[in-house]
Amino acid sequence: MIISVASGKGGTGKTTVATNMAWAASSLEPVTFLDCDVEEPDSHFYLKPEWSDEEDVCLPAPVVDSSRCDGCGRCAEFCRYNALAAIKGDVLVFQGLCHGCGGCALACPLKCITYADKRIGVVREGARGGVRLYQGLLQIGEPVAVPVIKQVKERRAADGLALIDCPPGTGCPMVNAIRGSDYCLLVTEPSPFGRHDLDLAHRAALELGIPHGVLVNRSSGDDGIIYEYCAGEGLKVLGRIPFSRGAAEACSRGVVLAETGEAWAWLFLGILEGVREECRLSLPS
Amino acid sequence: MPAQLTILSGKGGTGKTTVAASFFKLAGSAVAADCDVDAPNLHLLLEPTLLEHEPFEGGMVARIDPDECVQCNLCEESCSFGAIRNLEVDPFSCEGCGVCELVCSEGAAKLVPETTGEVFVSETRFGPLAHALLRPGGEASGKLVTRVKEVASRLAGERGPDLILVDGSPGIGCPVIASVAGSDLILAVTEPTLSGLWGLERIHGVARHFGVELAVCINKCDINPEMAEQILRYCSESALSVVGEIPFDKKVNRATMNGEVLVERYGGPAANAMRSLWEDAMALLESNKARK
Repeated sequence: MIISVASGKGGTGKTTVATNMAWAASSLEPVTFLDCDVEEPDSHFYLKPEWSDEEDVCLPAPVVDSSRCDGCGRCAEFCRYNALAAIKGDVLVFQGLCHGCGGCALACPLKCITYADKRIGVVREGARGGVRLYQGLLQIGEPVAVPVIKQVKERRAADGLALIDCPPGTGCPMVNAIRGSDYCLLVTEPSPFGRHDLDLAHRAALELGIPHGVLVNRSSGDDGIIYEYCAGEGLKVLGRIPFSRGAAEACSRGVVLAETGEAWAWLFLGILEGVREECRLSLPS
Repeated sequence: MPAQLTILSGKGGTGKTTVAASFFKLAGSAVAADCDVDAPNLHLLLEPTLLEHEPFEGGMVARIDPDECVQCNLCEESCSFGAIRNLEVDPFSCEGCGVCELVCSEGAAKLVPETTGEVFVSETRFGPLAHALLRPGGEASGKLVTRVKEVASRLAGERGPDLILVDGSPGIGCPVIASVAGSDLILAVTEPTLSGLWGLERIHGVARHFGVELAVCINKCDINPEMAEQILRYCSESALSVVGEIPFDKKVNRATMNGEVLVERYGGPAANAMRSLWEDAMALLESNKARK
């Protein structure tokens, strides 16, 4: 079973929720944690894994054999990302803009473009207790996060529970992170920002056809702003996490709340059980 | 040329929009550009009146005409993004590169322009706001950010303000890089948590990579004084100016809940710190401009 934890708005507590669910569930079954927030991955602060492996994520980047290139410029003409420019019979390559589609080599009439791997990030592997962590890390200055996200997702074990910690927003990184999950848990907070971005994330999940529900973090006890919205959209609220300055302070140090007391562990196991129940309900009968 | 102050954070939810809205009010005359195009929030505090909107054709997407297709599968085999399966294009995976069009001998695979978002101009009580909304999973968020900034520059030219305030998105990828371009100063809003410091280090890396000066503001600085101390140490070791420390104050939350701008209606420790943050950030921006 694959559960993605997403939000729309940043900083609503995706990683807090995902790491706590992982930790609480790991006493019952093996858990794979896929940190797909590759621009700002921070699950390791909570899970404190023992790192065991690190693998590069590469994109093929064009290399022009200048001894054979006649500067016709077909490659630059083809490239929609402006990663190649033909200037006065010379071809310049801007590797940072390349998406690795391979079109320039196909377009070159002299076949003088080859590809060399260019590193854009890494996937790190580690474990602690019953949680195995795969974390993607996009290299500074690299614009394209999706290939790193895809690499992280490929590491998922065939069985057991997989939790995906998603990037914020609703752009291609978020959509690629939640794709293929059995359920998407949307973490929000009771504020106009939280509601607005929950709406965007809800639409993204709808468009992809992924069953999804809502978790209210930093609950004030009222939360009407979220409940009203969810009632109007027919969205299920699977739980609430109360705001406490103590919890905020603990999270700031990377404490997994589920480790600090049974009440917290039960809260997150309850949310997980709610997700499972929702998945059962959403199966075609 | 108007100066561009870009508010970023690396980690999400540290308070970029809260700072941006207060700065917009304190500036008196500025253009605001909400460059968090896939989760924009600044307009929620500004009661905007929509003046203009335009569709944004961010890129291209492949289409396969079944009547022309001879099912040779060459497009599917050539696609580096796995976006073609059984001769159908998955628009979420297609990056609009055009390889399918190139290899198709029958002219069945073609790129067509795709509307991936909308760009808006709104009037607010503090001045004009350029903003946008990307469709879910929309390609080219960086291009959309660049478009929002172009619109903001145009508005500055028409209306006269010499400051553009850019409210950026979390992360370090494509939309963030697009918002960093042309910045005179980046203000990184962080918080005293392990993730906050890590996000600051990452965004500082981006600023260095593109040669833009970065100053730091620590939000909710008293939530974890020890972490705040660590952030200050990082800044001093990296020769980064810390232009403000905003204490935790329930009024910040109350202002957001009511859709209000902190410094407009509220006093108290956070609002006061915000005002002095504004003055210090402006002083830094001015001295940078003078040096140039």
